[in-house]
Amino acid sequence: MAQIGSDRPERQIMDAQEIQRSLSRIAHEILERNRGVDDLVLVGIHTRGVILSQRLGENIQRFEGSQAPLAELDINLYRDDLQARENPRVRPTKFPVDVQGKRVVLVDDVLFTGRTVRAALDALSDLGRPKQVQLAILVDRGHRELPIRADYVGKNVPTSLDEEVKVRLTETDRNEDVIIVKLGREIK
Amino acid sequence: MTTPDAMALGGEAGEVTLAAPTGSRRNVLDLDDFTADEITSVLDDTGAMVEVLGRDIKKVPTLRGRVVVTMFYESSTRTRISFEEAGKVLSADVINMSSSGSSVDKGESLLNTGLTLQAMGVDVVVVRYPHSGAPYLLARHLPQVSVINAGDGLHAHPTQALLDLYTMRERLGTLLGAKVVIVGDVLHSRVARSNLWGLTKMGANVVLSGPTTLMPLDLLSGRDELEEDHPFAQVDVDTDLDRAIEGADVVMALRLQSERQQGGFLPSLREYIRRWQVTDARMARAKSGALVMHPGPMNEGVEISTALAHGESSVIEEQVTNGVAVRMALLYRLCAGRGSRMAQAG
Repeated sequence: MAQIGSDRPERQIMDAQEIQRSLSRIAHEILERNRGVDDLVLVGIHTRGVILSQRLGENIQRFEGSQAPLAELDINLYRDDLQARENPRVRPTKFPVDVQGKRVVLVDDVLFTGRTVRAALDALSDLGRPKQVQLAILVDRGHRELPIRADYVGKNVPTSLDEEVKVRLTETDRNEDVIIVKLGREIK
Repeated sequence: MTTPDAMALGGEAGEVTLAAPTGSRRNVLDLDDFTADEITSVLDDTGAMVEVLGRDIKKVPTLRGRVVVTMFYESSTRTRISFEEAGKVLSADVINMSSSGSSVDKGESLLNTGLTLQAMGVDVVVVRYPHSGAPYLLARHLPQVSVINAGDGLHAHPTQALLDLYTMRERLGTLLGAKVVIVGDVLHSRVARSNLWGLTKMGANVVLSGPTTLMPLDLLSGRDELEEDHPFAQVDVDTDLDRAIEGADVVMALRLQSERQQGGFLPSLREYIRRWQVTDARMARAKSGALVMHPGPMNEGVEISTALAHGESSVIEEQVTNGVAVRMALLYRLCAGRGSRMAQAG
């Protein structure tokens, strides 16, 4: 288990205000690219993607005066590494609207290897056939292992593989920021 | 090992937890080695599996390449089919083995059959066996296989108890403080026994009702010998069902096994029906909106009236649906992390 000790170097790369500004810009970009909210669905990937999708939804409501439906996607049943995972949990996938023919914006906190997004695409296609799928990410940290890129990026952050990017949001964590933690030797 | 006093409650079999070295769960043998937190997390996962079962296309790829074998040495419809469906929805390969038409006919022992399956690279074995403790034997001797107990003798039926707990939690919101009355042949019921573990761990108040001859002996005599944290120490017994049912949130009727009358446990079936059949009139004494449950198969008109079994308060069909989801949650949990565990075992 990763524990943040006082001796472990960590540095902040986004504060609360920067997160807010990024989400506000991404909301504008989503509206611009899709020319409004028609047929749009914001799909958050559990857990923090769901929170970010809710915040994007609030921004879109504020800017546009109309709401895009929100959905929640759990990708644990689509992972390619179940064999290596201890005690995985599954959370409910919630789709208030039919995904068929919709413009789906997948929302997650960090884009890293691309495997989570790959799993999310599989999960989506089991639910129906969206017209288009776009990807919104708060932090792109590089090191892709699959041919996947984001359409909307809060911040591009070069990282090394022995670092971990943590997005902390008030809904799930005590803080509201993005930090990079140097991994200790006890963490795989 | 089918005499009531050899039912291995907290006995030798109960102490075999057989947890994987990493601390994650390898087997599901009974609920006695589950913590309340673990039960809660299984029930939460079950909710996610219910969503999958509600889809147009009920199929997710998570257990691709895993092999699940169901070994049923006793007749069963819902439990076996439910495990089979659970495995298939998760994309596991499910192979059904029954005792007739297999090498069991040639006299192969349970253990040798298990070893054969292990040698074939089977990941999960779901076993039902007429003798208490059989799944423990398999679990002890098959280090590379996960064992799920689908009912052993009079001892345990943990997946049924989990689906009952899930059904109650969905309807009541919480199990904490819920009054659950279990009616009928508790003595011979592995369903009741596993439910006692689960319900008491989750903080429900359990009352058993039925003829004195069908109450577990531990409850009527020698209760002082039970340790305080033993589930039986917290359970009430009231042979007067009309009194027991007052204020109940859930009434669970158990199947009256017909051979019990020959065994001298009942003076007559008519007396049993008169005093212990769960009926609309009796349910009027429970809380309004109280649930009626039955693990199936039902003897309608014996332990439960036909009107009630198919009435509004009955969640009996819901139990069956939830049974598939609970078994999906368990198969998923047991197959996760197998890679690293097998590396350690091998």
